[in-house]
Amino acid sequence: MDVFLQTLVSGVLIGGIYALIGIGMTLIMGVMHIINLAHGQLMMVAMYITFVLYQYLGLDPYVSLFIAMPALFLLGAVIQKLFLNPLLKVDSILPENQVLMTVGIGMVLTEIVRIIFGSDYKSVTTSYSGSVMYLGDIAFNTPMVVAFGIALALTAGLFYFLLRTDLGKSVRATAQNKEAARLMGVNAERITVLTFGIGAGLVAAAGTLLLPIFYLFPDIGGHFTLKAFVITILGGLGSTVGAIFGGVVLGIAESFGATYLSMDLKDVVGMVIFLLVLIFLPGGLKRLTKI
Amino acid sequence: MLEVKNLNVSYGDVQVLWDVNFSVAEGEFVVLVGANGAGKSTMMKAVSSLVSPMSGEISFNGRRIDTLPAHSIIGLGLAHVPEGRQLFPEMTVKENLEMGALSPAAKLTRKETYQKALSLFPRLRERERQMAGTLSGGEQQMCAIARGLMARPKMMLFDEPSLGLSPVLTQEVFRLVQKIHEEGMTILMVEQNVKQTLGICDRAYVLENGRILMQGKGKDLLEDQKVKEAFLGI
Repeated sequence: MDVFLQTLVSGVLIGGIYALIGIGMTLIMGVMHIINLAHGQLMMVAMYITFVLYQYLGLDPYVSLFIAMPALFLLGAVIQKLFLNPLLKVDSILPENQVLMTVGIGMVLTEIVRIIFGSDYKSVTTSYSGSVMYLGDIAFNTPMVVAFGIALALTAGLFYFLLRTDLGKSVRATAQNKEAARLMGVNAERITVLTFGIGAGLVAAAGTLLLPIFYLFPDIGGHFTLKAFVITILGGLGSTVGAIFGGVVLGIAESFGATYLSMDLKDVVGMVIFLLVLIFLPGGLKRLTKI
Repeated sequence: MLEVKNLNVSYGDVQVLWDVNFSVAEGEFVVLVGANGAGKSTMMKAVSSLVSPMSGEISFNGRRIDTLPAHSIIGLGLAHVPEGRQLFPEMTVKENLEMGALSPAAKLTRKETYQKALSLFPRLRERERQMAGTLSGGEQQMCAIARGLMARPKMMLFDEPSLGLSPVLTQEVFRLVQKIHEEGMTILMVEQNVKQTLGICDRAYVLENGRILMQGKGKDLLEDQKVKEAFLGI
């Protein structure tokens, strides 16, 4: 029973961070109707920023959040403005161009990082990296708990922005009906730039929070793009609430896979769930929750 | 107030509007009638800058607007109630209406305008917290019109407000448009419902295959032999 609970706890904790990755991707999906296949690579860039800040300035990864997030917001906004929006002109004939562009951007980011840092594994080991809290017999890895809390706060902040502010409502309006949004005076192009920025900022937060736990190397990005894609499909494309469920489901699935099958097979479990969802629940979890 | 001069619009190789000229004076209720595919909606989209013309000029209150981006039109006081309502389906009625009042000027008086809009459409008050996508067709049209009013425009464009509505609801929507007009709004409406709209408007233009075929007072056109044959089946 303890093992079961322990597995569940670590699954939920990692799931909270996965949700952060998925929300960014689903937001971009919802507004721009493209799958951002550079999502994990953006996260990787944020991780390297955090790594450099730690290595050379001794900055704590949690403090680096305040640098990595704005930096990635800017990078995301620039990508949307300079690389993706120009492709909108041929959107009606070649809609897949934008997705191909994100693949290219992902590759370029990976290779630039490889040129600068090489392919070696890096890691950030803080004083609290290995620290553990206990609740009864269940162990809580402290960095994971903190990361989960921050992920929760960021998600709450995002929901407040989307549901309560005019700008956030404009983002939702653009996602639901772009032409009508423009008629209402929403500068749809600016909204796309903002949305990509927010998506990149959120995945930057996830990267920074995961850094004390994961090894870092340039190709880690592709790995997480795949995860983000699975989460987004699990949640139902374009649904932010769905992405949270998707993230937690994937986290729990991997955690159970690692405990009860084998560590090497944990990604397989995620993929099997992904396939099952595609076959039996093509609309994702959104179909069940209706939100 | 609104002036369209020698307008030509095409989608790729297909030209939809040919040398269209018309104008709407302040306080007027003008209707563009025409069959399916005559170019009515394209005309409306050109006025709102959603499509950009090949040549010609559109000006509003003496200011040229066809070169402006679509999102800056509403701020000038020109609200567009689009064809097929185009609500935000997963936002509440209230949020939809709020989206109508984004410009700084409209935002200042948002609460009052909102109450005023609801008093015009009591039905929407009951539906305030409901998702717009779950409304009936008639309610959606009311919501779209109310959203247009939220901008406190000087002029409103209505694109096929009777689309998909029952005859009773169509009557109701036309009555509301007339009421808005009587309160001083300048209106340009596009409709397929020729007989009814010619009866309530001040002036009308008949659009056929992208060209203005004739124009005149609504009632005169209603008596016109050509209009009768083409649209009224008499």
